[in-house]
Amino acid sequence: MKPRFLRFWMAQVALAPAWLIVIFAYIGTILWTIQISFTSSKVFPVSNYVGFSQYTRLFGSERWIISVQNLAIFGILFIVGCLILGFLLAVFLDQRIRAESVFRTIFLYPYALSFIVTGLVWQWTLNPTLGIQQTVRNWGWESFTFDWLSRGDRAIYVIALAGMWQASGLVMAILLAGLRGVDGELWKAAKVDGIPTWRVYLHIVIPILTPMFVTATVLLATAVVKVYDLVVALTNGGPGISTEVPAKFVIEYLFQRQNLGLATAASTVMMITVLCVLAPWLYVQYFRQPRSAH
Amino acid sequence: MASLTANAPVEPSGPRPKRIGPGRYGVYAFLIISALFFLIPLYVMIVTSLKPMDEIRMGNLFALPGSPSFDAWIKAWSQACTGLNCNGIHVGMLNSIKILIPSVILSIAVGSVTGYALSFWRPKGANILFAILLLGAFIPYQVFLYPLVRILSMVSLYNSIPGVVFVHTIFGLPLMTLLFRNFYAGIPIDLFKAARVDGGGFWAIFLRLMLPLSTPIIVVAAILQITGIWNDFLFGLIFAGRENFPMTVQLNNVVNSSFGEKEYNVNMAATILTALVPLFVYFVSGRWFVRGIASGAVKG
Repeated sequence: MKPRFLRFWMAQVALAPAWLIVIFAYIGTILWTIQISFTSSKVFPVSNYVGFSQYTRLFGSERWIISVQNLAIFGILFIVGCLILGFLLAVFLDQRIRAESVFRTIFLYPYALSFIVTGLVWQWTLNPTLGIQQTVRNWGWESFTFDWLSRGDRAIYVIALAGMWQASGLVMAILLAGLRGVDGELWKAAKVDGIPTWRVYLHIVIPILTPMFVTATVLLATAVVKVYDLVVALTNGGPGISTEVPAKFVIEYLFQRQNLGLATAASTVMMITVLCVLAPWLYVQYFRQPRSAH
Repeated sequence: MASLTANAPVEPSGPRPKRIGPGRYGVYAFLIISALFFLIPLYVMIVTSLKPMDEIRMGNLFALPGSPSFDAWIKAWSQACTGLNCNGIHVGMLNSIKILIPSVILSIAVGSVTGYALSFWRPKGANILFAILLLGAFIPYQVFLYPLVRILSMVSLYNSIPGVVFVHTIFGLPLMTLLFRNFYAGIPIDLFKAARVDGGGFWAIFLRLMLPLSTPIIVVAAILQITGIWNDFLFGLIFAGRENFPMTVQLNNVVNSSFGEKEYNVNMAATILTALVPLFVYFVSGRWFVRGIASGAVKG
C-alpha cells in the first residue's frame, strides 16, 4: 500500500483551489488588513507604524460610536423581533389551517428579495410627503403623523422594521420545520392532563425547539453585522449620520474618505467582535465529539 | 439532530382544533393581518409603478391606478438615468446576467469538489481547511475588501466582470462546501469503499458515482447562489467597475441619486424589474428554497 500522502495526492490537488482561497483570500487579506490598521496609511498603504493610535482615534470618533450604537439597536430589535414574529407565524401556521402553503409563501417571499429592493420599497411606503402618512391624512385623520424616516432619533427603527419584514419568514420556515418534528403524542398527553395549550408551548415546545432558535439566531446575527445595503437603500445613513452602521463606516473610509488606517482598524474591530461571539458556538456545533462516540 | 427541513414530515403537528370557535377566528385574524403586513409593500410597489405621476402626487398610496399604464415600466427599462447615462435598467440586468452565470457555475464546481474531497478522502489538513472555511462564512467582508482590491488590480482583474466572478466564487466557497460536505456525509461510506475496491480513482468516483447522486443538492446550491449573487450589492459596487455595475447597484443609483423631481412610478417599476429574477426562482422552487436556506447552518 502506498503511504497515505501519496494515496491521497489527487484529493490534495482537488483541494488546492480551496487552500489557495483560504490562504491568500482569507488569511492573507486579514493579516494585511490588520497590518495596515497599525500604520498611518491614508490614500495608499504606508509602513509608518503608529501602534494603536488608529484604534484610539476610532473610538474617539462620533461617527463610529453612533454606528456601533445603531448596530446594537438594530441588532437587538431585528433579532428579537424576527424571533418573536417568526415563532408566532410558525405556531399559528401549525394549527391545521386552510391554505397553509399560501400563507407560508406570503410570509417567506421577502427573504428572496435583495436588501436594496426591500430598502427602496419601504423608503417609498414610509415617504413622509406622499407615503402612508399622507394617505391616512387624506382618509380624514388630519393629524396622523408617521415621519420616522425623516427623524434622526427614529429612522433606525424603520431600518429594523424593514429588516424584520424581510427576515421573519426565515425564522418561520426554520421553526415550522421544528414544530413538525414535535411528537404528536405530546399533544394527546397534554390534553389528557388538561394542560392549557399556551403552557405546553411555553414549557415543552420552546425548549424542544432550542436548536432551531439557535440556528435562526446565528443566521440573523450574521446578517446584523453585515448590514450595509439595507441602510444604503433606505436612508443612506441619514438624516445626517443618525443611521450610520459599522459596515458602511468601513466602506466609506476605504473608498471615499481615503483613510485606510482608520477603516482597517474599524474592520478589525468588527472581525474580532464576530469571532468572540462565534467561536464557542462553532466549536460546539462542529468540533465537539459526540458523547456516544467514545 | 439530523437534517432540519429535508426529511421533516409535512403533516401539521399542533393541537387538533375542536370545532370552529372564537379561537379559530383569532388564528385566521392573526394570519391574515400578518399576510397584509408582508404583502402591503409588494402591493404598493405594483400599483405605484402603474400610475402616472399626477396620480402619485395626490398621496393615495393604496389607491388602485385610475388608468393603469406600463409607461413607467418602459421608461425604467430603457430610459432611466444614472448620472448622465439614460439607458435604462436593462444595462444593469445584462451585467447581472453576465456576472451571475459564470459565478454560479464556478462556485458550485469548486464547492462540490471541495465538499467531496473533505467528506470521503479526508487528506491531511482537511479538518483545518474546513474550520477556516466555516469561520470565513461569518467574518464580515469588510476585513477582506481592501487587500482583495489590491490583489485583483495586480492581476488586472479589478473593475472587470471576471473580477466579480472571482470574488463571488471566493465568498461562496464556505456555504457551497458546507452544503456538499453535509450532503455527502449522508451517503453510505460503504458505497464509496466499494467503488474504491473496484479501482475507482478520485475523479472517476466523483464524476461517475457521486455527481449523478448529487442532483438534489446541486438544485439547492443553484437556488441559493442565483438569489444570493443576483441580490448582491457590495461586491458589484466595489469590484465590478462603473461599466459593469450589476442591477442592484444601478437600481440604487437610479433611485437615490437622481436629480430633479423623483419619478416614483419609474423607480418602483425598476425595483420590481430587479426583484423579478429572485421572485421567479422563489415561486418556482417552492420547498427547495426553504430547504436551501435552512441547510446552510445545520449540522451534518
